[in-house]
Amino acid sequence: MSILLDERTPVIVQGFTGDKGTFHAKEMIAYGTHVVGGVTPGKGGATHLERPVFNTVKEAVAATGAVASLVLVPAPFCADAVMEAADAGIRLVVTITDGVPAQDMMRVKRYLWRYAKERRTRLIGPNCAGVISPGKAMMGIMPGHIYTRGAVGVVTRSGTLGYEAAAQMQALGVGITTSVGIGGDPINGSSFVDLLALFEEDPETDAVMMIGEIGGPQEADAARFVKEHMTKPVIGYVAGLTAPKGRRMGHAGAIISAFGDTAAEKAEIMRSAGLVVAPSPADLGATVAQALARKPARRVMVSP
Amino acid sequence: MNIHEYQAKELLAGFGVGVPKGGVAYSADQAVYRAVEIGGSRWVVKAQIHSGARGKAGGVRLCAGDVDVRQAAKELLGKTLVTAQTGPDGLPVHRLLVEEALPIARELYLGLVLDRGRERIVVVAHPHGGMEIEEIAQREPEAILREVVEPAVGMQAFQARELAFGLGLAPAQVNQAVVVILGAYRAFRELDATMVEINPLVVTADGRVLALDVKMSFDDNAMFRRPNVAELRDYAQEDPREAEAAQHGLNYVALDGDIGCIINGAGLAMATMDMIKHAGGEPANFLDIGGGASPDRVAAAFRLVLSDKNVRAILVNVFAGINRCDWVAQGVVQAVREVQVTVPLVVRLAGTNVQEGRRILKESGLPIITTDTLAEAADRVVAARDGARAA
Repeated sequence: MSILLDERTPVIVQGFTGDKGTFHAKEMIAYGTHVVGGVTPGKGGATHLERPVFNTVKEAVAATGAVASLVLVPAPFCADAVMEAADAGIRLVVTITDGVPAQDMMRVKRYLWRYAKERRTRLIGPNCAGVISPGKAMMGIMPGHIYTRGAVGVVTRSGTLGYEAAAQMQALGVGITTSVGIGGDPINGSSFVDLLALFEEDPETDAVMMIGEIGGPQEADAARFVKEHMTKPVIGYVAGLTAPKGRRMGHAGAIISAFGDTAAEKAEIMRSAGLVVAPSPADLGATVAQALARKPARRVMVSP
Repeated sequence: MNIHEYQAKELLAGFGVGVPKGGVAYSADQAVYRAVEIGGSRWVVKAQIHSGARGKAGGVRLCAGDVDVRQAAKELLGKTLVTAQTGPDGLPVHRLLVEEALPIARELYLGLVLDRGRERIVVVAHPHGGMEIEEIAQREPEAILREVVEPAVGMQAFQARELAFGLGLAPAQVNQAVVVILGAYRAFRELDATMVEINPLVVTADGRVLALDVKMSFDDNAMFRRPNVAELRDYAQEDPREAEAAQHGLNYVALDGDIGCIINGAGLAMATMDMIKHAGGEPANFLDIGGGASPDRVAAAFRLVLSDKNVRAILVNVFAGINRCDWVAQGVVQAVREVQVTVPLVVRLAGTNVQEGRRILKESGLPIITTDTLAEAADRVVAARDGARAA
């Protein structure tokens, strides 16, 4: 198994007929993704890449049974496209688009909560590389050939640093169940915690690599989750140990974000929560391989 | 994107927030004119730079007559102010805000931010305004009043009232404070701000609630729909290289080291900088060339990196997804020929079309050091830097 996506998942592409939509839809189809059609308002009824084009997501869902959508529309229209997909009953939305206004994301996330949990949409992104279950399917823009199928779940804020991890793991013969880019924006669809929970439940995933960055509270939240809820080993890394503190205006940001914003603080929080932290970004693959080789007895959860 | 205090006050005034009488001045003559226009006998002349903590840096002058105003304006205009928030290079003063000086009874703190953890707009307030607010937040975080705004309905009047009463204001001032708080919130929402800070928010001796100092920052991603805010951008307050980079769709931050970096993706850029440091080097910059890097963009990246005279070697690290290695390689070859790269150049390519990319670099005949892995790339560029230093 993998999480989120496999070769049977029916996928549509919003922004299907645009340059980016066309290019990446082709790549996804070539990789084995079950792309059943796409949406471009005003081009409904046409055929593109031998697949039907619809005016609305609702029409696409009714005709194809799609449950997942890759959103590749320009930033000003991204929030609207995600909400349309959610309202049409799409269960997984992955959006690659970068430059989405933060307050749009705030509203989108609030909007997703209006649906009951049984039919609520899971959003991945924006500003991410997407999701790939190696050897099965991908929804995103990553180079598929650098991923090997295996037993490690990967969740990363950065797209290209995720590629780096995948390539290092491939070079050492370590494979991946699913790799998820959650995106680097201040407010994103799914958090580290959301994905860690899925990997913990996935029977094929034996260990998880999480790659964070400076800024924001998500890595610290994830470390706490690992400590309290995860039985599988988690390997961490936080990019930006050498990043300088930026210029800033005023105090309001500092009042809101307490300890835990810098890479060093985040790495320390991870270590103290029991994660194995890779010593450098060149050791991402090796640290995972070592963790797997140790084959730690699975920790049994003891209820308090 | 940041704006000046006088601009932020004009924006907030449009949302019903009370501000002192004042106006902007670009010269000493204009400053005196503003003072006369405002009337009264005491004024404050405030240097307009994109930073707080200006008072301690000497950027805020209390003046008791028009001779004083002229003198203060002359001293401040053209000066570079270094504050606790600007970094050591400081920021240039080209504009002044001349305001009426008001007798003040109380100073309060009011801030609005987009809280990444809660994914909500949070309004924070404290009964003591001024520059020690960060220390107070560290020392006694429970003393900070907070209201989290539900995005489906926006900020409610009762939330503003709770803050106003929490600040210990008298009933006569509570109503005014509610107008200020709700106005600041509406400005935040309707202008796509990421931060609004009124520090201090004051109660004057005659009982008015006014925003004495204001800072506003905005979401760059939303400026396409806020042209009236976008036009307030003051490039003189930005690092010229960072502004130049933004024009080319590049994200550049100057640093103190001597190894220039050209990388795709912010995360990989930070990781590569970490790796350079790990190998014993110091990065000269952060530079993310983003996705879909055309040869022109790569050439612009080289020009930017080389405009820093401290650079002794350059590392290009591209892991291509949307980017293709052959395009990046063409860009590198074109840039090295156009821009005249005279320092050692290490290139590490990986991902889509990597073989083709390496072939292009090799066949160019240029003295490019190519590597396959991140660790090797960092080691090679540090060694090349050491060689360049010794030469």
